[in-house]
Amino acid sequence: MSPESLERRAVISGVGQSQVGRRLYRDPLALTIDACLAAVDHAGLTLADIDGLSTYPGNMDQPPGFSGVGVTEVHDALRLELDWFAGGLELPGQLGSVVNAAAAVATGLATHVLCFRTVWEASAQGDAGRASVTPGGGGTYKASGFLQWTLPFGAPSAANWIAMMAQRHFHEFGTTREQLAQIALNARRNAARNPNAVYRDPMTLEDYLSVRMISTPLCLYDCDAPADGSTAVIVSRADTAADRPRPPVRIEAVGTALRGRPSWDQFDDLTTMAVRDAAAMLWERTELSAADVDVAELYDGFSFITLAWLEALGFCGKGEGGPFVEGGDRIALDGPLPLNTNGGQLSGGRLHGYGLLHEACVQLWGEAGDRQVPGQPEVAVAAAGGGPLAACLLLTT
Amino acid sequence: MTDAAAAALRPFRVLPRVTAANEHFWTGGADGELRILTCRGCGYRIHPPAPVCPRCLGREVAPEALSGRGVVHTFTVNCQPWYPHLDPPYVVAIVALEEQDDLRLTTNLVDVDPDDVRIGMPVEVVFEPYDDVWLPLFRPSARPA
Repeated sequence: MSPESLERRAVISGVGQSQVGRRLYRDPLALTIDACLAAVDHAGLTLADIDGLSTYPGNMDQPPGFSGVGVTEVHDALRLELDWFAGGLELPGQLGSVVNAAAAVATGLATHVLCFRTVWEASAQGDAGRASVTPGGGGTYKASGFLQWTLPFGAPSAANWIAMMAQRHFHEFGTTREQLAQIALNARRNAARNPNAVYRDPMTLEDYLSVRMISTPLCLYDCDAPADGSTAVIVSRADTAADRPRPPVRIEAVGTALRGRPSWDQFDDLTTMAVRDAAAMLWERTELSAADVDVAELYDGFSFITLAWLEALGFCGKGEGGPFVEGGDRIALDGPLPLNTNGGQLSGGRLHGYGLLHEACVQLWGEAGDRQVPGQPEVAVAAAGGGPLAACLLLTT
Repeated sequence: MTDAAAAALRPFRVLPRVTAANEHFWTGGADGELRILTCRGCGYRIHPPAPVCPRCLGREVAPEALSGRGVVHTFTVNCQPWYPHLDPPYVVAIVALEEQDDLRLTTNLVDVDPDDVRIGMPVEVVFEPYDDVWLPLFRPSARPA
């Protein structure tokens, strides 16, 4: 364990979420303000208390719906008076923005940092289909940077890149589609208990196996559902926690490492990639272990990434993710490791990492309603990202 | 058939922006060569191109032609129509080149039934010209890599 895990000087004091749904056709900044004001209220704070602002990936025009709201828009709309702020794409995934906030709080640069993530990909796509939001689809666009190595080969989507990781995992470890299906089926079961989830109708293994392929071995139900929504969390200095309406969610440890190459195709071990490094770093910074975790909210932009996080975090051995989830009992709401308890992104909607962090906090506060994990969970892990981008947080009551 | 008519029959491709740094890679196919930046000092292959060798930090780097042979490290059969004029299914693969363990290219496999693609399959480069670039694609090779 590292001698000083200074992230423990930071806590999560409140969370908030906007309306979540498919094709809401609402202004993304309006969604963001809804989430931010809800989080500030949840933490028992006022806007005058907020002196930090953090987000991922910042304001971007492309791809449509991926962002659209950055630090600047929220800062100005709410006339915040900030001592510290940061927003950007070059982070260890979506939750890198929350780790940034914890670091700012731990070093005294801010006291209460408002962190947010907004997506409106369902509305951006509208009725025009996925091709309408695929990068490079026409005109004089030419690919540069990393995309030059994939777009010319008709592989514009993380679905293709993650599919190749999954295929390699299937090859090395004998993982099967029936096993991978359990990630999607578990998410759908949990979504049925979450009134804010976008897909709640029952799904069977037969449904999963017969739906259309996107990029083998990944089918439609292995891919998360584009959604509109905004999520906010407040990261506060731990020594302010006594004044808050509810006990803080403590940040026990974070993991942000990327020790392999920052590349979707050159990374040494494609069956795990950055989640291996982020998870390893997390456990280097705490005396807790995977056995202490009561609930796991692990990124499911694609089902395979959840499997990779389960292995990397040590809930099972390397390559054993398939057998671990087989049958679904271990990861069920009433099982030993409740997983993606709000339906994740596969059925809850693609809130891009922040939705899973929100759910981890709600579970630790015992505020999850019909989907509350029994036995009052005390330790949760929230993890987001895949490929060469990954970060995770270990949270405790 | 006119050149324009022939071009219209080709599948849609997003093309790379050719720069001084990547020109050797994207145009080597004009001479039938798969060119990869190579360290003059230690022989390490540097891809994507960078003006420094990550192994010895040597700054003298220059393109060299490789054999064009490799094996399928992993692959996917893409079934999703991402672009209006690029029809699925087609095979996207990551090919590990035989010259160096950690040297890979994302590419397409051609001249093969998608159902017959296997990890570990030996492949060899073929080039498909588009405007000012030659895209390195791979087809099954009888010869073991």
